[in-house]
Amino acid sequence: MVDSKKQWKAWLYLSPALILLLIFTVWPMINTFIMAFSEGYNGMSAVAGEKFKFGFGNFAQVVRAGGPFLKCLKNTMLLCFITVPISTMLALLIAVCLNAIKPLQKLLQTIFFLPYVTNTIAIGMVFAVMFNVVGIHTPHESIGIINSVIVAFGGERVDWINITSSYWANMFVLIVYIVWNALPFKILILLGGLQSVNKQYYEAAKVDGTSRIRTFWRITVPMLSPMLAYVVITGFIGGFKEYSSVVGIFGEQMGPVGSKGRLNTMIGLIYDALETGDYGRASAAALILFVIIFIVTMINMYVSKKKVHY
Amino acid sequence: MKVVLQDLTKIFPSRSKNGQEVIAVNKFNFEIPDGKLIGLLGPSGCGKSTTLYMICGLQKPTSGSIFFGDDDVTELSPENRGVGLVFQNYALYPHMTVKQNILFPLQNFKGKDKLTKSEMLERAYNVAKLVQIDDLMERKPHELSGGQQQRVAIARALVKMPRVLLLDEPLSNLDARLRLQTREEIKRIQRETGITTVFVTHDQEEAMSISDMIVVMKLGVVQQIGQPQEVYDDPVNLFVAKFLGTPPINVFEGKVEKGKLYLGDDAVMDVVGVDDQDVYVGIRPEGFIYNKDGALRCSLRNVEVMGRDVSIVSENTASLNPTVRSIVDADNKVDATAQEVRFTLKPHKTFLFNKETEERIGFEIKSVKEETTATKKVSKATKSKTAK
Repeated sequence: MVDSKKQWKAWLYLSPALILLLIFTVWPMINTFIMAFSEGYNGMSAVAGEKFKFGFGNFAQVVRAGGPFLKCLKNTMLLCFITVPISTMLALLIAVCLNAIKPLQKLLQTIFFLPYVTNTIAIGMVFAVMFNVVGIHTPHESIGIINSVIVAFGGERVDWINITSSYWANMFVLIVYIVWNALPFKILILLGGLQSVNKQYYEAAKVDGTSRIRTFWRITVPMLSPMLAYVVITGFIGGFKEYSSVVGIFGEQMGPVGSKGRLNTMIGLIYDALETGDYGRASAAALILFVIIFIVTMINMYVSKKKVHY
Repeated sequence: MKVVLQDLTKIFPSRSKNGQEVIAVNKFNFEIPDGKLIGLLGPSGCGKSTTLYMICGLQKPTSGSIFFGDDDVTELSPENRGVGLVFQNYALYPHMTVKQNILFPLQNFKGKDKLTKSEMLERAYNVAKLVQIDDLMERKPHELSGGQQQRVAIARALVKMPRVLLLDEPLSNLDARLRLQTREEIKRIQRETGITTVFVTHDQEEAMSISDMIVVMKLGVVQQIGQPQEVYDDPVNLFVAKFLGTPPINVFEGKVEKGKLYLGDDAVMDVVGVDDQDVYVGIRPEGFIYNKDGALRCSLRNVEVMGRDVSIVSENTASLNPTVRSIVDADNKVDATAQEVRFTLKPHKTFLFNKETEERIGFEIKSVKEETTATKKVSKATKSKTAK
C-alpha cells in the first residue's frame, strides 16, 4: 500500500492522465446517458436553454417502425457474423502457414501486415475501383480488375457497386474488403501465439505419430485458444462499429447510387442523427449499440471460458 | 529390443558463414543390449541429447545407421520407430487431463492397430497403475507436482508399448529429494516393463545409481562404455576419471622415476612397468589410507566428521585442485590440530594418466591381496558396528 503521506504524490503524477480521461472519456459517457434520456434533445435547443423531459422518447425515435434502424442492425449483424469467422479462420490458416515456412517469413509477414497501416477510406476507394464498372453503357467503357478477370475466364461481368447492383453484390464487396482489412491484426496476434507455443508439444505429438490435422485441432487450436478468443471478441466489437469501410467503398450515402442508405450500419445511424443535430437520438442509438456489443461480448466470454484452456 | 548404433554421426552446419561446423556426435558405435537401462552421460554439449534424438528419430544422423533389433530404422520417422520419448520438461499437453494425455498416443493408431475405446482405457489405466498415478487421471497437468508430471510423461511414453523408451534428462526438473525417489521409480518401471531404455543425464551420480551400463561422452566422442562400477574403477582417461565420482577424484601432477611414483618430493607408491615420465595422477577420495608413517605428506586444513566416515581436507603442492579431499573410515582417530597429515595410497584407487594424451597408463598392482583384505577388514568392522 502507498502510505498516506505519499498518496498525494501518486495522485499528482496521475493527474494529467486522469484529467484528460475525465474530460474526454468519462464526461462524454455520462453526457451520452443524459442526452439519450432527454426527450427531443437537440443541439440548437440545448444552446437556447430549453429544458428536456426525462424519458425514452429518443429510443423510440431510433427504433421507430419504418425507420432505418432494422436495416442498419441487419447490415451490421450480417457483416459481423460473416466476416469475423471468415477472417479468423483465414488468419489462422495464414498464420500457421507463415509459421511453417522459414525463408521469406519476415518479408511475407510484412506484406500481410501492410493493410493494417493503410487508410481505410483510401483503400476502400481502391476497392471500389477494382470492383467498378465505369461507363457501362458507353463505347469507351473501362471495367475494374475483378470484372476483367471474370470476363477473361469467360464469365459475365457483375455490377458490384453501381446503380444496377444487387444487395448481395454490395455485401460481397464489403465482406471481401472487411475480411482483407481485418486479417493483418489477427495474423499478427495468432502468429505471435504460435511462436510462443513450446516446440516440444509438436515433437511429442510427432513421436506419437499424430497426424497433421489432429495435431492442428488437438494441439495448435487449444494452445492458441486465448489468442483466438481475443481476436474473435475484438473482431466482433470492431465489426459492430463497422462504418468507414462502407464510406470508403460507397461514399457517405452508404449505398450505391440510387439506393441511399442501403448498406447503412449502426454507427452510420448515429452519424445520421448527429448530422441533423439530433444529439438525443444519436446518444440513444449509441447506447443501444453499446448494449448489443455488451451482450455479444458476454456471450463470447462465456463461450471462451468453457473453451479456452488454461 | 536391442538397439545398435553404427558409426552414428551428426554434424550441424555452422551458424555463421566462416564458422566451423559442429560435430555433435562423432562415430558412435554401441550395441545396447535388450532390456537394459542405459545412461548417456556427459557435460553439456557433449552430444548426448543429440544421440537420444537420433535414436528417437526427431533428428536425422549425418551418417551412420541405427538398428532396432534387425530393423534398420535410420530413415524411419519417429512415429514409425515405436519409440516413447519423455521430454526434459515433460511436454504434457496443458489443456488435457492426465487421462487424455495418456490416451493421446493411442488415439493416433491407425488401421489394424486401432483400438476400441475400452481397450484404450484399459491400457491407459494399466500404465497409470504401473507409474502410480491412477488416482490423478482427471487432473490437469498444472494441478500436479513435478514428480507426478514426470510419471504422467512416462505413462504417456509407455502406453503405446514402445520398443525403446527414451528419457531426456528425466530428473533435472525435480528437487533433490524427489530426484532420489524418482530414480528408483524409473529403475523399477524399467525392470517391470523390461523395455530397453536410454536416458540422458549430466549427473554422474544419477547415471551410476540406476544404469545397467553407462556411456560417457565428451565433445561428441564416446569416451567409455561399461557398467557403472567398472567405469568408475577403471577409467580409460583423465576425463572419465574426473567426471565420475562424488566427491570428485583428486588430481596431482606427478612423475615416474625408476618404478616409483613421486608426488612432489614424496615417493608415494611403486609403479612397476611404467617408463620414466611426467604424469597426471588421479586418486579417488577413498584411495587414501590414513597412516602416520605414510609417504604422502599433506598439510592439514580441515577434518569433517560425517558419522560413518571422516573427510580430511588437506593441501599438497603437487595437487591440481586447491585442496585434496580424502575419505577415511571413522575408526581412524584423526588429530585435527596436527599441521601435517600422512597417507599411503591404495594402488587400485590410484590412476596414472599420460600428460599429453591424458590416456590411462596401466601399472602392475603388486600388493593387491594385501589391500583388498585390508579393505574387507574395514568394511567388516563397519558392519559389526552398525549391528550393535
